[in-house]
Amino acid sequence: MDIAGQKSSLSWAVNISVVLLVGLWLFPTVGLLVSSFRTSDQISTSGWWKAMFPSEQNLTLRTDAPELQVQEGNLYIIEGRLFAPDKDAVISEWGVSSREIDSYTAGDTAPLKKGGEVTLQADGSYRMENTEPFTGTRGTRIFVTATTPPEFTLRNYQNVLFDPSNSEGMAKAFINTLTVTIPATIIPIVIAAFAAYALAWMEFPGRALLIAIIVGLLVVPLQLALIPLLKLHNEIGIGKGYLGAWLAHTGFGLPLAIYLLRNYMVGLPRDIIENARVDGATEFQIFTKIILPLSFPALASFAIFQFLWTWNDLLVALVFLIDSTGDTTVMTKQIVELLGTRGGNWEILATSAFVSIAVPLMVFFAMQKYLVRGLLAGSVK
Amino acid sequence: MHPALQGILTILVGVGGCVGYFYLSNQFLDKVLCPPRGKNAGRNINRANIIRPWLFLLPALLALGTYLAYPVYETLRLSLTERSTLPDGSTAYAWAGLDNYRQMLNEPKFWEALRNNAMWLAVVPALATGFGLLAAQLTDRLKWGNIAKSLIFMPMAISFVGAAVIFKLVYDMRPIEQEQIGILNALYLNFGGEAPIAWLTVPFWNNFFLMAVLVWIQTGFAMVILSAALRGIPEETIEAAIVDGANPFQVFFKIKVPQIKGTIMVVWTTITIVVLKVFDIVFAMTNGQWETQVLANYMYDKLFRSNDWGVGSASAMVIMLLVTPILVWNVRNARREMK
Repeated sequence: MDIAGQKSSLSWAVNISVVLLVGLWLFPTVGLLVSSFRTSDQISTSGWWKAMFPSEQNLTLRTDAPELQVQEGNLYIIEGRLFAPDKDAVISEWGVSSREIDSYTAGDTAPLKKGGEVTLQADGSYRMENTEPFTGTRGTRIFVTATTPPEFTLRNYQNVLFDPSNSEGMAKAFINTLTVTIPATIIPIVIAAFAAYALAWMEFPGRALLIAIIVGLLVVPLQLALIPLLKLHNEIGIGKGYLGAWLAHTGFGLPLAIYLLRNYMVGLPRDIIENARVDGATEFQIFTKIILPLSFPALASFAIFQFLWTWNDLLVALVFLIDSTGDTTVMTKQIVELLGTRGGNWEILATSAFVSIAVPLMVFFAMQKYLVRGLLAGSVK
Repeated sequence: MHPALQGILTILVGVGGCVGYFYLSNQFLDKVLCPPRGKNAGRNINRANIIRPWLFLLPALLALGTYLAYPVYETLRLSLTERSTLPDGSTAYAWAGLDNYRQMLNEPKFWEALRNNAMWLAVVPALATGFGLLAAQLTDRLKWGNIAKSLIFMPMAISFVGAAVIFKLVYDMRPIEQEQIGILNALYLNFGGEAPIAWLTVPFWNNFFLMAVLVWIQTGFAMVILSAALRGIPEETIEAAIVDGANPFQVFFKIKVPQIKGTIMVVWTTITIVVLKVFDIVFAMTNGQWETQVLANYMYDKLFRSNDWGVGSASAMVIMLLVTPILVWNVRNARREMK
């Protein structure tokens, strides 16, 4: 404990520094999250940090088409509102030409190029009058500078996730990612659990050496495995596809799985296992009935690691999974592609990225306890 | 077949196969090969005990051998050979000695990657460990410390690609007459910058903007481990120092840090390995343009863009070489701990 006298001033400093640190770490992610709920117009005209406040925007809007005009006496009139009925916006300046967008203020009347005149109020309602009938098929363009209240939309998510005609959508990639992730998480656990039990509780020559080898393999870079394994997969006929990706993830995940599980199993009480042996239980029974249930925390830790790693992986998917048809593309790859082709369309990018980030974040917050426990057990102390 | 269905089938086949293998092979050992009864019961039990560990280990050893050990050997071999396509369409591998390495050493892009990797190695582990230690110490006695820690830890769950998108928005640049939507340029202009800067295209400095992404991700990891280590420090040592009149900074630097030195080393080396393998961030944000190439992305370029397996494998071996000291250190630590 700190000593009493220093507490107040120091603890203020500590609290403020932590608030700053957390803010700094959170800020970038919040930016993406907020952006994913804004329209592309909003994103490109103001920073996301201004999204909470009313913003001033330059907009190009259209009046109603001439076919809606009504005749009052000898005047032809079109009346309406530039904004959607539910939108509150306040117009400050406006114009009828793209070169002079600020010639008039709200309430002014401006002559139209094609004849007649238009009066625009601050709330966006307008009245066009002409002695001749208005012609043409489309309404007149009006350029306004308007202050609009903060506004958020779910449309981006609808486009990215539920629009079947959107070929850049994330729905298919989401399913594909899930398809890669689940077998690639479960299978290594099963294989590793048995091996970890043998390494923890069975006596045999070469055990120490094997453990050392597994610790060594923990850090072997994935990069080394790419070409040899792709070659191997092609030779034995797996080629590129889910099977190859599952196998690769299994192989790459095993060292950590065995290491974590062995470290945990070795700490289980010796008495339980020896008593069971004395009572005549076979090793297989000891493993399934005693060790596995007791090792649940370690199994959960590894499962989270492997899930996060396979869900977030790009390299293994690029090399072992995604073929030239692109049918098996995963979300990370899809996002990289969008970064290339839609680099400026932040509403698409932000939403797609958030779709892929959301699932690991949920897993993270739900199971953080196990993740921390696994990290602590997994780092070679 | 629908991939989801295929996935479920794989889980069933994979898990069922594994469990079935373990169950049946154990049954076979106990019932057929070495039954623990009859006149050889004693000898059979001993034999079964010798064989059984290997039954338990076999699938894991096969997978580790195929997916990690064999590739190390095969990459080494490929790095010493030249692959060519014969007129009949088949591929041939010819012994090339050190030609691939020589060719690699003559490429400026390789040296650029090596230089950048060296910078990453110098900056990222130090900053991530430093921030992690700071966060661990500051949140240690805080009422809302756990919430703070969990928020700083959160980027760990975000993919490198997701983080790349997040930071691309931070670094975004619009022409000066438009409103800046990237926070960095907005701040820069606000604090007297004259024109917005495309941060990721400024050679040399852009490396640091990429490194920031990894620091952001790895700090949480460092913090979690170091925070547990700080909790493990015996209270008496701290109390004794306070009684002797040490101020909080002295307590931290002279009492706490020396006691968790071992853990700091572990965190440092773990992040070092992540740095050596860093690929996704560079691939997604700059793809090695504007002098931001790193080894892993250089290798990917060689393997899959120029289709040059020889040089690609040679650069993979360079990464392996750089990892090796840490590998040896880890193995030695693990062995010492087991004794």
